[in-house]
Amino acid sequence: MSPQKRSGASAALDVRFVADSDVLDHIVDKQDVAKASKSSVQTLVTLNKKRLQNGPCDPGEEDETEENLNEQNYVNSLGTEAEDGAENGTAATTGSSVFTFHTTKRSNKMAQMASEWARTPGKSVTFNAPESPEETPSPSRGSKRPVTQNKTPQKGKKVQFVSNTPHRLRKRLTGPNLKSESDSDFSSSNSEEEDQEEEGEKKLEPQLKTPRKSATSASAAALYKTPSKKSKKAPEPNLVEEYFEAHSSSKVLTSDRTLQKLQTPRLDRDTLLRLLDGKPSCYSSEIDRLNKTHEKHFSKWMLQLDLGFNILLYGLGSKKNLLEKFRTSMLSDIVHLVVNGFFPSITLKSILNSITGEILEHEGNFRNPIDQIELIGKILKEDTDTHIYLIIHNIDGPMLRGEKTQQALGQLASIPNMHLLASIDHINAPLVWDQSKMSMFNWLWYETTSYLPYTEETSYENSLLVQQTGALALSSLTHVLRSLTPNARGIFRLLAEFQLEHKDDPSYTGLSFQDFYQRCREAFLVNSDITLRTQLTEFRDHKLIRTKKGVDGVEYLLIPVDAGTLTDFLEKEDVE
Amino acid sequence: MATSSVSKGCFVFKPSSKKRKRVPRVEDYFTEGNDDAKSAKLRFNICQELWEKIKSDTETLQEELNKKTLDSLLELIRKCASGFQLKANDWAGLMRASEIPTAALVLGVNVPDHDVTFQGLSELLQQSVTPFVVSVQAKECTALKHLMQKVLERIMGVDVPLNEEDEGQSGSCSVPGNRKRARCSLSSLCEWYQMAVKKFAARSPGKKCSSLGKDVLPYPPVVIIFKDLEAFSPRVLQDFILICSRYIQQLPLMFIFGIATSPSTIQHMLPHSVSSLLCIELFQSLSCTQHLATVIDQLVLTPKFPFKLTGKVLQVLVSIFLYHDFSVRNFIKGLQLALVEHFHSQPLSVLCCCKKEAVDHAQQFIHQDVERVRQLPSFMRYVENQDAEEQVKLLTNDDHVKEVCQKLIKNLRKYHKNYHPVLRCLHSLTSSLPKYPLGKQVRELHISCLEKNIWETEEYNTAMQLLRMLAKDELVAALQNCADLLRPAKSEKMKEALQQLEDYITKFDKLDQLSSEDLMEEEVTSPGKDLQKKTDLFQLQKTLLEMRESRRSKKMTPFEVLRNQVLDIVDQLVRTYLIPPETQPMNEVCYYSSSGVLRRHLNATPRTSIQTALSHPYYYLQHEGLQTDTGSISNTAPDICVVYKLHLECGRLINLFDWLEAYCTVVSAAEGKDPDSPDYGKVDELKHARFIQAVSELEFVGFVKSTKQKTDHVARLTWGGC
Repeated sequence: MSPQKRSGASAALDVRFVADSDVLDHIVDKQDVAKASKSSVQTLVTLNKKRLQNGPCDPGEEDETEENLNEQNYVNSLGTEAEDGAENGTAATTGSSVFTFHTTKRSNKMAQMASEWARTPGKSVTFNAPESPEETPSPSRGSKRPVTQNKTPQKGKKVQFVSNTPHRLRKRLTGPNLKSESDSDFSSSNSEEEDQEEEGEKKLEPQLKTPRKSATSASAAALYKTPSKKSKKAPEPNLVEEYFEAHSSSKVLTSDRTLQKLQTPRLDRDTLLRLLDGKPSCYSSEIDRLNKTHEKHFSKWMLQLDLGFNILLYGLGSKKNLLEKFRTSMLSDIVHLVVNGFFPSITLKSILNSITGEILEHEGNFRNPIDQIELIGKILKEDTDTHIYLIIHNIDGPMLRGEKTQQALGQLASIPNMHLLASIDHINAPLVWDQSKMSMFNWLWYETTSYLPYTEETSYENSLLVQQTGALALSSLTHVLRSLTPNARGIFRLLAEFQLEHKDDPSYTGLSFQDFYQRCREAFLVNSDITLRTQLTEFRDHKLIRTKKGVDGVEYLLIPVDAGTLTDFLEKEDVE
Repeated sequence: MATSSVSKGCFVFKPSSKKRKRVPRVEDYFTEGNDDAKSAKLRFNICQELWEKIKSDTETLQEELNKKTLDSLLELIRKCASGFQLKANDWAGLMRASEIPTAALVLGVNVPDHDVTFQGLSELLQQSVTPFVVSVQAKECTALKHLMQKVLERIMGVDVPLNEEDEGQSGSCSVPGNRKRARCSLSSLCEWYQMAVKKFAARSPGKKCSSLGKDVLPYPPVVIIFKDLEAFSPRVLQDFILICSRYIQQLPLMFIFGIATSPSTIQHMLPHSVSSLLCIELFQSLSCTQHLATVIDQLVLTPKFPFKLTGKVLQVLVSIFLYHDFSVRNFIKGLQLALVEHFHSQPLSVLCCCKKEAVDHAQQFIHQDVERVRQLPSFMRYVENQDAEEQVKLLTNDDHVKEVCQKLIKNLRKYHKNYHPVLRCLHSLTSSLPKYPLGKQVRELHISCLEKNIWETEEYNTAMQLLRMLAKDELVAALQNCADLLRPAKSEKMKEALQQLEDYITKFDKLDQLSSEDLMEEEVTSPGKDLQKKTDLFQLQKTLLEMRESRRSKKMTPFEVLRNQVLDIVDQLVRTYLIPPETQPMNEVCYYSSSGVLRRHLNATPRTSIQTALSHPYYYLQHEGLQTDTGSISNTAPDICVVYKLHLECGRLINLFDWLEAYCTVVSAAEGKDPDSPDYGKVDELKHARFIQAVSELEFVGFVKSTKQKTDHVARLTWGGC
C-alpha cells in the first residue's frame, strides 16, 4: 500500500489510496487481474452502500469518500476487464459488445475521457500514465492511458510507468476529485501539465500514425459474422449483479450543471441551420466514395424489385439522398410515390389516399384501410402493366411504427406489382416486424452506411437543445385571438394568467369550469354559463385550450402551451 | 429537393403517359453494367427458367406433402355434410344437432407458410365439396360484428358469380344486404342459403356445373376457415360459436381451425360450455423440418438442377431456417436470391443449364469468355496438371479451350450424376447407426461432403467401423436399400456399382444355406488332431498359442469376409465419387459460393452496422486520420462518432452541459487549436450547433432520448459501453 500525498489546486492536502493489487497491476499481466475480478463483486456492493450513507460530498468525510470511490472505480475496472480482453482479442463490434450490461458510471468520466482524448490528436490509443508527485489532482488527472514507451518520448520531468495495463483500469485508478464543488468546470482545472503534454505529443503525431490495418480489418471481418459461441464469453455473474446494482439506486450521478451556464445562448432552428451550412464537411471525399459504391447497386435493385423482393436500406447516415438519386435516375419514367416516414404527421391514410386518389385515380371513400388495400390489390392484379414504386424514407418513423400501420404496409408490399424501397435508422427498428410481417415485406437488406447528416430527418424533431421559441404557437394564438371579441380575449387572458400563477405547481391540472365561470362573472366577462361554454367551444375548435375530466368528474381547462410562450403572449397583449 | 416539405409527407410522381411507354424491362436491369448484353440476356433467361421450375416444383411438392392430411380432412367434411342431409328426421342427429363439426389442423409455428396450405385447401374444397368456403384471419376480425360481416360478405360474394342472372331477385338479401350493417346477421345468411341451395338444386341437374364435382350434395356445407386461431380474441370466437350453434339446424356450418402451436389451445381459448358445442377432429400436418428435408431433397440433392450451392451457402440457408424462422418459404427465397446473384455476377453461368444448351453456349464463346474460363481457379489448376504441350495449347488456342470446356462440362454433369446416388447410398447406410456419426439428415452429409474429403474425417471412420459390426440381417437390409437408391441412376458407373451390390446381396443370401454345413465341418476338423499327439509342456504351449492366433484370424467367418468386401466396395465408391466439387474443373460455373452476400441480404445486423460505423469510422471511411486501434476513435472522427463515444462513458442520464463541454474539448483539439489560448475548449456557436446536430442524430438513431427527470439531461437507451 502506498498512500501518496499530493497538493491540490486549492492547496488542501489530498490523501489518495492505492490498493495493493493496483500496484500489482503494474507488474502482472492483465489476465491475472481479470481472474481476480470475480472475487471483487462483494466489495462493490458494500462499498456502494457505504457511499450512499455518506451522502455525496460530505466535506467532513471527504477523504474517506474519495478512498471509497477509488476503490469502487478500481473494482469497476476489474469488472469490465474480462469484457475488454474479449473485445480486444476478437473484434470491434460483435454481438457481445453491442449488447452488454450496464456498468456503473462515474459522474465526470466523460470529461476525463474528453480531455484525455483531446490530448492525442489523430490518435487515441494507448497512453502513459504520468504519476508525478507534484501533479495536481485535477478531475482528469488520472485519465491517461499507458503508451508504449518506444512510441512516445516523454518529457524528462515525468516519471513513467510503462505497462500493458489497459487504460480503463488506469483511468479509474485515480478517482474524481470530489473536493471540487459539483459544479466545477473541468476544463479550467485542467492543469498546465496537460498542455505541455499536448505539445510533446503533437510533434509525435506523424510517427504515431503507424497503420494498424490488421487490427481493424480483423474487426471488420467479424462484422458480418454472428459471434461464434467459443469467442463469446458467458456473461459472468458479477455482471449480472452489477446490473442490479446499477439499477437499485434511483440516484443519478450526474452533475447539476445546466445549459444556462453557457455563454452562448440557446440556438434557434434558423441559426442552427445557418451555422451548419457554413460548416466545412469533413471526410467529404471518403463519404462521396462510400456513397458512390452504393449507387452502383441501382440497376441491381431494380432487378430485384422486379423479381418480387423489396429493398430495405440500413446503416448510419441519412439515406434520403441515395434514395432520391435512385428515384431520379431509375424511376423518372415510372409511377412512383415517395413517403417521408420521419414527417411528424404522416399517416397511413394519407399514403393510401395518395395511391388510390392520385395514382389509381379512384373516386370514392373507404370504410377502413383494409378495404382500401384490398381495392389497390384488386386494381393492380387486373392491370398487370401498372407497376407502382413506393419509396419510404424511414419506414420506422415515429408515425409509421404502429403495428397496424406496418401490417398495412406489409400488405401493400406483398402486392406483386407494388415495389417497395425503404430505409431504417433506429437501432431497434427491426423489432417492429414479426415473422409474418417479415414474410409479407420480403426484404432484401442492403447496408448503405453514408455518414451523411440527418439534417432533414431531425429538422422536425423538438430537440432539447434547440430553443423552443414557440414562435408558431405564439403567432397562432395572437392570430386567433385578434379575431375575437374583447370579452373572449378577456376570458382567455383570465385562464392564461391563472395558469401562469400555477406554472410551478406540478400537480396543477387546470382550472375547473365552475371556478372559471365564477371568475369570469366577477370580471363581468360573461353573464351565463352558456355563453362561457360557447366561448370555450370556440377556443377548443381552434385548439387554444384543452379540457380534461378530473377524477371527480369535473371539467378542467388547460392551455396546451408552455409557460414561456404564454408569458410572451401576455406581454405582447399588454403592449397592444 | 422535390420530396421535402414541411406540410406534406407523401409525394406522387406520375410521368406523362407518353413517356410511360418506354419503361425498361426487367432484363434490361440485368444486362445493365454488363459489357456483353447478349450473353447477359441469355443468362437472365436461363435464370428465369430455372426459377420458374424451382417455383413450380416446390408448389407441387407442397401439394403432395399436404395431400394426405387434406384428403382426410376432405373426407371428414364430406361425411359431415352427408350427415346433415340425413339429420332432418333422425333422432340421434337432432341430439347432436347443436354440435358444429370442426377440424383442428395443426400446421406448425411458421404462420406465413400456412397461407399456401389454406389456399390449396379452400380451392380443393370448392372444387369437390362445396362452393361455400370462407377463410378469415384474426387481424380483420377484432370484434364479433367484423367477423360476422367478413363471413357473410365472403360467402355471398363468392356466390355472386354463380347466380349472376338472378341477382335481381335475390339481390335484396345478397348484394346490397351485406353492404348494410343492419342485415349483418346469421339469419340473413340462412335465408340466403336456402335460396341459394334451391337455385343450386334447380340448376345442377340441368346444366352440369363445371366447377363442382359430381358428388355434390343437395345441401353443401358452409365451411369457415379460421386461419390463425391463436390470434383470435377468445371473446369473439366464443360468441361466434355460440351464435352459430343456434343456427346449425338450418345451416350446415363447419369450422376449420388453423393451429400453430398445439391442439390444447382450443381448450385454453374456449370454456367447456363453448367447446362442448364443437365436435373436433384433429389433423396433423407434416412438420416444417420434414418439409424442408423434402425440398432440399428435390431441389438441391439432385442432378436435375444444374444450379448448385456450395456447402457454406447451404449452411447459411439451413441455419437461417433452423435458428430464425422455420420457414420453407424463406428458404426458397434464399435460393432464389442465390440463383439471381449467381447468374448476375458470374458471366460464365451461361453454361449452367442443361447439357445440350451448355455445349452450344460453350461453342459460341467469344474471346472474352474464353479468357474468363482461363481465369477460373479450377481451370487453372486443371491446366497445371496437364503436360507442357497441352498447357501451351490451352493458354493460346481459343478453339481448343472451347472443346476442353465442353468436355469438362460433360464431366461435371457426370460427376453430379454419380455423386448424388452415392451420397444417398452412404446416407442410407449410416443414418441408422447409433449416435449418427454422419448426421441424421442427408443435407448434413451433403454439406460435409461438399467441404472436404469425407473419407478423411473421423466421423466417417467411426461410421465405417460401426458398419463393420452390423449384423447380417441389418446389413442386408441396408444394402438392399442402397441398391434401390442406385437403381434409378442412369450412368454406367452406377449400374456397375449396382450390379456389384446385388451380387453381394445374393451372396449373403446363399450364405444362409452354406454356413450351417461349412461352419460345422471347419469347427470339428481343426482343434482335435494336433492335441492327440504326445507332447511336452513347451510344445503344448506353443501349439496352443498358435491355435489361438489361428482362431483369431479364422474368426473371419464367410459372412465377415463378405461384409468386409462389400464395405470395401462402398468405401471405394465414396472415395471415387464423393470428392468435393472444388476439385472439379469448371465447378464455378454451377456453384454459387458467396455465403456472405446471402447472409448480409437475408439476415442482416443493422444495429451492429450502426455501432461499427459509430465506433470504427475507419472501417467505412478508410481515411488515414481515422486509423486507430480497436476500442478507440480518433478525435477527428465525424461529430456523431465523437458524441457517441463520449456518451458511452455515462450512466443512465447524461448531463447535456457536461457532454457539450467534453465535446468541445475534443473538437478543439482536433482543430489543432493552441491549447494555451484562452478560448481553448470553449463553446462557440459553431461547435454548439454541431453538437446539437450530432445529439439530435443520436436521438434519431435511438441511443438517447430526452427526459424530464432532471433539467438539461437526456437518458441513455443502451447498456454498457464498448
